[in-house]
Amino acid sequence: MPLWAIILLVAIAVIVLFLIFTYNGLVRLRNMVDEAWNQISVQLKRRHDLIPNLVNAVKGYMDFEQETLTKVIEARSAAVSAQQGGPANAAQAGQAENFLTGALRQLFALVENYPDLKANQNVLELQEELTTTENQIGFSRQHYNSTVREFNTAVQTFPTVLIAGLFGFRERDYFQIAESDAAVPEVDLRSA
Amino acid sequence: MTVETRLAPTTFYREIARNRRRSWLLVAIVVVILGLLGGVIGYASGFGWGGVVMALVLAVVMSVGTFFAGDALIMATSGAREIDPMKVPERYREFVNVVEEMRLAGGLPRPRLWVIDDSAPNAFATGRDPEHASVAVTTGLLDKLDREQLQGVIGHEISHIGNLDIRFTLLVGVLVGSIALLADWFLRFTYWGGGRRSSSDSDRGGGGAMALLFVLAIVLAVVAPLIGRLVQAAVSRTRESLADATAVELTRNPVGLARALRTISDDPDVLEVANRATQHLYIVNPIKSFEERAKSLWDTHPPIGERIRALENIAGRMGLSPPAR
Repeated sequence: MPLWAIILLVAIAVIVLFLIFTYNGLVRLRNMVDEAWNQISVQLKRRHDLIPNLVNAVKGYMDFEQETLTKVIEARSAAVSAQQGGPANAAQAGQAENFLTGALRQLFALVENYPDLKANQNVLELQEELTTTENQIGFSRQHYNSTVREFNTAVQTFPTVLIAGLFGFRERDYFQIAESDAAVPEVDLRSA
Repeated sequence: MTVETRLAPTTFYREIARNRRRSWLLVAIVVVILGLLGGVIGYASGFGWGGVVMALVLAVVMSVGTFFAGDALIMATSGAREIDPMKVPERYREFVNVVEEMRLAGGLPRPRLWVIDDSAPNAFATGRDPEHASVAVTTGLLDKLDREQLQGVIGHEISHIGNLDIRFTLLVGVLVGSIALLADWFLRFTYWGGGRRSSSDSDRGGGGAMALLFVLAIVLAVVAPLIGRLVQAAVSRTRESLADATAVELTRNPVGLARALRTISDDPDVLEVANRATQHLYIVNPIKSFEERAKSLWDTHPPIGERIRALENIAGRMGLSPPAR
């Protein structure tokens, strides 16, 4: 076999190997992003499920705060429908969830004014549940965003950008949060 | 710019690769040292190559056994009880929730959870990989730490799991412990057997070579466990600082961990169940006399003050106020 043929074969082999490894790497990253999204979904759903319980538990005590309760319920349904869009809808879902977080904070601030409510065992347990759910959402989002960053970097940088374009790997949205919400929300009543 | 964008992503690749390599290297070193010890023992006692074969078989069996059952062994010797995730007692609810938060932050599977009945606050993680990982805490830790502190400690332990430190430290604990034990046996053997042999050797006139061999054997027997202990100490010192830093990446809060380390190290209670083979696993060295000799080569952990200062520096850079003393 002539030398040029050997060189050609080696070059082809290198290109094929590069294609395989890059493609597999992109698939792995994309799966990580999807998995991270599923984790957030689980937490978000849990929060959505907890809210009716919370509203029921506090409703009787908070006759005068109907406006806040309505706001929480509305924010919840907006978040539930935004979430049905899947990871493609991450930016919008993030916004809806931020709104819900804000409404919940307002509700917990109001709970402070009702000593009966603060002593209620049911409300206390719900409060630990919501605290951990808020934290879990925050930490899942943190993990989701770092996997998205890694995936997007791969999709945007040379030479993976060539393969990504060829096989239709698209950049993903971050699960955004408002600057002021960067800290995990504090819903602790016991410290008061 | 938010904190989130300033810190590195919580992916563990580089450390995982390093820990895989280290684990193989450790097993190889253990096999070689045990093989040498076996060879010397075999030669000295007249077993010949049988000693090497036995030692190598022992080394392989120990390594494989440690890999698959070491975590169970460590939990048993530590007197840990597992928490059933299906029915969590109300007093462990916060612990279970905080672990869930931290494992989500690291994107890891749910570890098994254990509680040790001891008033000394401490915690450790072990297991062969993130799919087979365990986190154990003392009841003292749960009683004496607030939620923010607990989050720092659990973040540190989850970092050990994500970095695959758990595999390496598991192997180090059980294997280094076993080498010490074997060398100890050998020393006792030469003490009893050596006297008898030296008298018969001098009769045959081969005393010089035999004596040299015994000196070599004794040196090896003394040095092997020392090397083992030094390796154990040196590697886990950098490891603890790294896990502190990774914990901050996960929690985005250096203050909780700094306050937790302070509380744990200031606590006067002594953890009864910790021993030489498990001390390097804990977040703060449970063997107090060791901690006091600040920067000794034997320390498995960096001095606690240094770790707290490092965390306070991070807090300063993140614009958070340092923890109150």
